Amino acid sequence: MKATLTLDNGIVFEGRSFGSEKPTSGEVVFSTAMMGYPESLTDPSYLGQILTLTFPLVGNYGVPDCCIEEQGLSKFLESHKIHVSGLVVSDYSEHYSHWNAHESLGEWLKRENVPAITGIDTRELTKILREKGSMLGRITIGDEKDSSPLYDPSGENLVAKASCKEIITYENGDKRVVLVDCGIKQNIIRCLLKRGVTVIRVPWDYDFSTIGYNGLFISNGPGSPTYCEETIAHIRKAMAGDKPIFGICMGNQLLSLASGAKVFKLKYGHRSHNQPVQHIPSGRCFVTSQNHGYAVDNDTLSKDWEPLFINLNDGTNEGIRHKSKPFFSAQFHPEASSGPTDTDFLFDEFVSLVKNDK
Amino acid sequence: MSTQIKKVVLIGSGALKIGEAGEFDYSGAQALKALKEESIETVLVNPNIATIQTSEGIADKVYLLPVTPYFVEKIIAKERPEGILLAFGGQTALNCGVALYRSGVLDKYNVQVLGTPVRAIMDTEDRELFNQKLEQINVKYIQSEAVTGIDEARRAANELGYPVIVRAAYALGGLGSGFCNNDDELNILVEKALTHSPQVLVEKSLKGWKEIEYEVVRDKYDNCITVCNMENFDPLGIHTGESVVVAPSQTLTNSEYHLLREIAIKIVRHIGIVGECNVQYALDPESEDYRVIEVNARLSRSSALASKATGYPLAFVAAKLGLGYGLNELKNSVTKDTPAFFEPALDYVVCKIPRWDLGKFHGVSRKLGSSMKSVGEVMSIGRTFEEALQKGLRMIGQGMHGFVGNKDIKVSDIDKALSEPTDMRVFVIEKAFEAGYTVDRIHELTRIDKWFLYKLKGIFDLSNDLSTFECVDDVSIDKLLRAKQLGFSDFQLARLIMKPANKEIEAATLAIRAYRKQNGILPYVKQIDTLAAEFPAQTNYLYLTYCGNEHDITFSEDSKSVIVLGSGAYRIGSSVEFDWCSVNAVQAARNAGYRSIMINYNPETVSTDYDMCDRLYFDELSHERVLDIVDLEHPKGVVVSVGGQIPNNLAIKLHRQDVPILGTSPVSIDRAENRHKFSSMLDQLGIDQPKWQELSSMDEIYKFVDKVGFPVLIRPSYVLSGAAMNVCSNKEELEHFLQLAANVSKEYPVVVSEFIQNAKEVEFDGVADKGEVVQYAISEHIEFAGVHSGDATLVFPAQKIYFETMRRIKKISRSIVKEFGISGPFNIQFLAKNNDIKVIECNLRASRSFPFVSKVLKNNFIETATKIMLGEPYSKPDKTVFDIDYIGVKASQFSFSRLHLADPVLGVDMASTGEVGCIGSDINEALLSAMMSVGYTIPKKNIMLSTGDSRSKIELVEPCRMLVQKGYKLFATAGTQRFLADNGIEATSVHWPDETEQPNVMDMIRNNEFDLVINVPKNLSKDELNNDYSIRRGAVDHNIPLLTNARLASAFLIAVCERSIDEISITSWQEYS
Repeated sequence: MKATLTLDNGIVFEGRSFGSEKPTSGEVVFSTAMMGYPESLTDPSYLGQILTLTFPLVGNYGVPDCCIEEQGLSKFLESHKIHVSGLVVSDYSEHYSHWNAHESLGEWLKRENVPAITGIDTRELTKILREKGSMLGRITIGDEKDSSPLYDPSGENLVAKASCKEIITYENGDKRVVLVDCGIKQNIIRCLLKRGVTVIRVPWDYDFSTIGYNGLFISNGPGSPTYCEETIAHIRKAMAGDKPIFGICMGNQLLSLASGAKVFKLKYGHRSHNQPVQHIPSGRCFVTSQNHGYAVDNDTLSKDWEPLFINLNDGTNEGIRHKSKPFFSAQFHPEASSGPTDTDFLFDEFVSLVKNDK
Repeated sequence: MSTQIKKVVLIGSGALKIGEAGEFDYSGAQALKALKEESIETVLVNPNIATIQTSEGIADKVYLLPVTPYFVEKIIAKERPEGILLAFGGQTALNCGVALYRSGVLDKYNVQVLGTPVRAIMDTEDRELFNQKLEQINVKYIQSEAVTGIDEARRAANELGYPVIVRAAYALGGLGSGFCNNDDELNILVEKALTHSPQVLVEKSLKGWKEIEYEVVRDKYDNCITVCNMENFDPLGIHTGESVVVAPSQTLTNSEYHLLREIAIKIVRHIGIVGECNVQYALDPESEDYRVIEVNARLSRSSALASKATGYPLAFVAAKLGLGYGLNELKNSVTKDTPAFFEPALDYVVCKIPRWDLGKFHGVSRKLGSSMKSVGEVMSIGRTFEEALQKGLRMIGQGMHGFVGNKDIKVSDIDKALSEPTDMRVFVIEKAFEAGYTVDRIHELTRIDKWFLYKLKGIFDLSNDLSTFECVDDVSIDKLLRAKQLGFSDFQLARLIMKPANKEIEAATLAIRAYRKQNGILPYVKQIDTLAAEFPAQTNYLYLTYCGNEHDITFSEDSKSVIVLGSGAYRIGSSVEFDWCSVNAVQAARNAGYRSIMINYNPETVSTDYDMCDRLYFDELSHERVLDIVDLEHPKGVVVSVGGQIPNNLAIKLHRQDVPILGTSPVSIDRAENRHKFSSMLDQLGIDQPKWQELSSMDEIYKFVDKVGFPVLIRPSYVLSGAAMNVCSNKEELEHFLQLAANVSKEYPVVVSEFIQNAKEVEFDGVADKGEVVQYAISEHIEFAGVHSGDATLVFPAQKIYFETMRRIKKISRSIVKEFGISGPFNIQFLAKNNDIKVIECNLRASRSFPFVSKVLKNNFIETATKIMLGEPYSKPDKTVFDIDYIGVKASQFSFSRLHLADPVLGVDMASTGEVGCIGSDINEALLSAMMSVGYTIPKKNIMLSTGDSRSKIELVEPCRMLVQKGYKLFATAGTQRFLADNGIEATSVHWPDETEQPNVMDMIRNNEFDLVINVPKNLSKDELNNDYSIRRGAVDHNIPLLTNARLASAFLIAVCERSIDEISITSWQEYS
């Protein structure tokens, strides 16, 4: 079945449908990661977005069983469902082969009502997206026309949509980490649990000051940080104390905003598994997984704060830390999944601070 | 960066051989470029004269001397460098470096090893140390035992449980390794492996597991990245050099990919690599269980492939890291802006396919296994796996048009051919589909991941669908486009749809081309930019695909560009020498102010380094693809005369499509290539040639032989596997051979030529301008005619030909050049006997010996030729240029030790895989250097002789006398011993292999009692052949130097007697003048 991707500037790409045969619209973004499509599709940070994969061959190893759970978390995926609004690829593989595959990517997308399109010059599309920054677009199936307005994810609070609605506790030891869920990737929870701490996962706007905890974690999440005023206010309150704080991605931006710094939109967003960052205190370099369009402005950090990581490609901020208190954050994804695991040690550092908390 | 380092020695890899090919020219050249950028003086040791790295302007000093500890020590003593690079010349350089370290030479001269420390290298090379290292960091390795004797090996194998794999430690390309299912197989293999290495590894076989590789880079600050991962299409059990390889991996999940990546980094940090290394894994296809297979602490074939696959210049970066830079301090050479600390993101898939030439070797086993036999490889790029694979199968250049649409191959037992793979592996899968095999069944038999098989099945299904049509107009545009996206060539489409007769195929192919162009089915040019278009990048590294709708680049129509067609996959008969020619042509065009455009697809070359030209199309050298690129680029013209036979064969076809060909007219090229046209031209010019005729029945052949007499040279026009050219000296041989070569018929005639014995062969390499010779070089073969010119030992300037012969050769050459109106490079081959001159071949293109004669003369023939082809001014060299007072010798490298069962004998078909060129003040010095460079050693004491027919026996009498006088001990088979005794030379008689008496030559070979074996085949009678074959093969399998040509043996022995090794002067190429 023919499928069409139309960008809001009128550029049209024609391909074939391999997912759900329903139209969709959203913000069209790309990722240059070469593997890990099941992880990306279930990453809540992609909520409201039509994801383009620049690596052309997709679907090769099928998808794992999404129903297998461990400790209340999906065993192989980043959440319990697909979050992207649509998927755009160059060469979808009808046949798949892998010991851990449960079904094909197409079957899964259909089951979850997500449209997908193959046969697209994704390189050309990426070049357009990179120049225009974010762009809205729609996928239509067959010859149908869709004149409904394009869905613009920036028009609503996606964090509220992606966050859990009530407190979930993962008991695993004496020390307790409050985790503010702005649309979390489950591997973050796995990374914390693996290190023997109890995780209390709270909704994005929950006032966690009422809970006793040994450490605070602020998660990744979709959309713009500016909708999260409540979260910022809660973080600010926590910063008055001395309990360790660690943030990732959206968490980095919220922590920065709470500390008084400013965030700006990047000309070329970082959406890949191959982003080089440098750890300023040690000079060491790491390859990281990233997915963000906004960055913290280093120059606006207040005097108590300093950059912890910078991006070696464009020099933008990749993390901050407090000069005296145990507060730090990373703009990239140390939990990887998908992507390189170089910076996994940040969880060690955080958990060791948590464990030392009296 | 360390500022103490002012001068650095780089060890090269010597002659190209199986397991060590052109990739090290690329790595070495990159490293030298990196050092030059730092103003460090560079000294290169590499006798491979046909390489780019030994060319002017790359290294400051080049020693064309053997890569052995002896010579490298002498060079160090003379040059006194502060540093040495060991990682850029393959296993040869690494072994040499480790030996110099162990013997204390590096310490003695205070030479610092740059990059990975020797200690770390030794940890990766010694299996036991390596396993200990992995054990320390809880990384799983393959259970194996290092043994030094056969009993120990048997015990180990039985403990591990069969099947096991046996490997020689410290050996390149899996030399001497293989699978064993029982004690008997083990005995044979271990015995052989122990002759290559003191340590043999017996390890548990994991046949059927996935084979995955990572290329890892680490700097001294412990920053570490993996530049690329690769997946073998063939599962474990087939050497990675023998397997189709894809990059990046295609069947690994994120979790598997990053599990192995993380372990690779952990290992590299623990071992302490500084620079580049390769980690190989076996991965269970049913779980995330894995084993580390090995780590190569140096640049490798895989790293060259990874560099080309990603655009990340691994060797260049590794050299800089060796100087002390951090990865973040270096720039990504594609973006020129972002740092080298990053991991490339690909938005295409590449496929590496090996090129075998097993048909060239008599008696060789065609089975693929854990030891490498391929002689070259290609890399293809596409945006579907099918596109890349079908491109690649065409690129290997063995008459295949892709996965489907090929000539019919016969497979008698498909099950067996699938489970015991040969070089026809991929095509057998197509046969299996044809025979109705399912993907599941083929997977069971091959253990190839089903994902790959589904893709192949898709190509097969589409080809079946296409063959139901008869006219291209009936095929929907969507289907046609889909076929192009799956890599179908116009030729395949023509054959499948229109089913034309052979004669009409070119027209049908062009009809398809016209039809699809009319309908807008066109390929698009995409860039390789290392970051999948995430940021803008200025890059000239390009490929074409049908999975696109825009070009990444723009084209101008100013005709200020020149396209140079490269040489394709390295194979027997065409290797690094044509890469040298291609690179020099591209650079000459660039220097003349043209935008230079290179088309080539061989990842082991310098010509496919995107720094070398203005635009690099890493794509097919096919009629179709070259036309596609010409349509886009509108060049001033195309150079077809520097890349060997592939571009040469395209000349006339391109010309017919009005593509401007630079230099000699394609019509002339066609006249030279067509045997009939060329022959009648020689007749017209009154130039003599050996008598020949194209014949299609045995009767005709006998009649011809009656006229010219035996021996005759036979060339089947339709070469079936295993039977190429041959010389037949009697009726029995003739009949035997023609049976082998398939039957003679009208459809498949043979060319029979008179074979002139004991004639000298002379080469005339030259450059001409509009039919006038501008410069030339005349060299002679040491061997008499009958040894292929690519295998022969070449002496330049020719030393032993009559003045009159020389004069006639020049005269004949001039008249041929004039007749063809040559503008550009050419080569003519002559037979000379008693001033009787016959022309045997003429190529209107650069020949194999161009780099050799250019470098010995210090006059770049290709530069002049390119200027002439472009119509640019050039200077005609002064006559005195040809008057040099030193001598160059080019010797051939053979790789018989890797070609199990192959008869290591030389004949009219080429068998060498590489060559060296050495310079000396006289023939003895140059020959000795050259022979030592291709692996011969100066014999210590015992020499075994069986010297063939009486002429050969006479040839060797004087050298044998000299040997005895020098104190050598000679051994000989009965006839030879008698002959020597008659001439008053003492030799111990030894018995033939098929005799039971002692001493028996085979026992002595097995006991390594000889330092040199000379076995000259007498004739082709069967018994003798078996006996001689056993001796030759025995020598090769036991790593004893072997000579099979009386003339070369004689020259070598004389050199050995007249010169000692310390009389070989340590003189750089630059110092000869």
